[in-house]
Amino acid sequence: MNRVVVTGLGVLAPNAHGADAFAAALRAMKSGIRHHERLAQLGFACQVGGIPEGVDELQRRYLSEDELIAMNPNMVYAAIAALDAWEHAGLRRLCPDDEPDWGAGAILGTGIGGIDTIAEQLAPRVDAGKVGRLGSTMVERIMSSGNSARVAGLLGLGNQVSTNSSACTTGTEAVVEAFLRIREGRAERMIAGGSEGHSPYIWAGFDGMKVLARGRNDDPEGASRPMSAAASGFVPGSGAGVLLLESLDSARRRGARVLAEVIGGQVNCGGHRGGGSMTAPNPSGVRRCIRAAVEMAGIAPSRIGAINGHLTATFADPREVESWSAALELPPERMPWIQSTKSLIGHALGAAGGIECVAAVLELAGGFVHGSANCEDLHPALLPWAERIPHRTIDLPDLDVVAKAGFGFGDVNGCAIFRRFHE
Amino acid sequence: MSQEEIFTKVVGILKPFVRAPDALAAVGPETSILGDLKVNSARLVDVVLEMEDAFGIAITDDEADSVRSVGDAVSIVLRKAA
Repeated sequence: MNRVVVTGLGVLAPNAHGADAFAAALRAMKSGIRHHERLAQLGFACQVGGIPEGVDELQRRYLSEDELIAMNPNMVYAAIAALDAWEHAGLRRLCPDDEPDWGAGAILGTGIGGIDTIAEQLAPRVDAGKVGRLGSTMVERIMSSGNSARVAGLLGLGNQVSTNSSACTTGTEAVVEAFLRIREGRAERMIAGGSEGHSPYIWAGFDGMKVLARGRNDDPEGASRPMSAAASGFVPGSGAGVLLLESLDSARRRGARVLAEVIGGQVNCGGHRGGGSMTAPNPSGVRRCIRAAVEMAGIAPSRIGAINGHLTATFADPREVESWSAALELPPERMPWIQSTKSLIGHALGAAGGIECVAAVLELAGGFVHGSANCEDLHPALLPWAERIPHRTIDLPDLDVVAKAGFGFGDVNGCAIFRRFHE
Repeated sequence: MSQEEIFTKVVGILKPFVRAPDALAAVGPETSILGDLKVNSARLVDVVLEMEDAFGIAITDDEADSVRSVGDAVSIVLRKAA
């Protein structure tokens, strides 16, 4: 089995673009949540969200007009993050006439995909009997695999290229699947992560089911409150997060800088049993997933220095922390630090796992754990863990292992274990 | 609208789809849209739709299929707009 390492990161988040800027934003606990007038006009209960800034200008530095014509924000975010990760890893972009890179692939997920394009452009024209006016780019922009397909062309990828979708587990699942593929020797390196666009059409369903944050429209930066007693739902986010995973042999051959090693990973489903459902997790499934990832990593749970949780700011937060404690068989006072990156950027749905895996690797590489914002008023059920939830960023030069998990509708779970690289 | 004006407008419509920008510098009636300008063949659909809007004409599928060069596109407009 190959050892698998992270050699590049790409991220386009509501609070920063690029690995260095994102690391600085996490350290500074910079919020990317803003009030959006359009959501107010449309009567959303939740009128705040996380959207990457400056993308109109940024995308023209990365993509040609011909490419942009056939892309929606989901695809643009994925492309920018993937190109960044490739460059961050010190890899050269192939020329159009070069042979594809047969050893390199992509598993790049999305939760909702191109529904904004369907709602704004496809459905109105079809309903008006104007199928002949759809043009040639519609399928590229609405097919589920649009994000990974575009990245394949930009980078000349010749290995597996696919888009996974498992709701809010998507990004973490992509990282785990790409890790396993390289581990088995089926690919040398993989772009892995997720992307999600932003649109009232993407967010409306969640607002309608009343799982988005309420009552904080006048306080955007205080609206995303994972683990808080006043948590009232999640703040929707968007963007992309991508890891360049590579076999250690490949990284060594080309003298690449290694940012971290992936030492364990698991995905599973709770089967909508034992309290699980389409929208709620079966705690047994969550615990089995975490345990399997830790067992694969071959480390004692006490070696884990920090948990980057799923922690969205819904009723499920206390259950999640209880499940971490049970899975790791650690009493509250001996648990690792527990944080939620969503407190700063919102819940980027299919991109969340990718962005948050990037955060986990940056924390390992930089020796810190960012503060989990907006939970000074800790949920009463989380009081036993109060000392393990950082409200301010902590320097941890010896941070050695970070566990990242994502959970999603459909009762699906994913967990990845990252360790600082040791020869 | 003169032939020259139509030519300039057609080139303007093609421009966003051109993947060989250097070839635009020497563009003429004989320039191949796919071969020289490297326009993705699927995008010809979009070029035709934009020509219909820009010149207020309707272009049939057969007419669209016959377009190879920039001059072919200009000829269709000259014929239809006459």
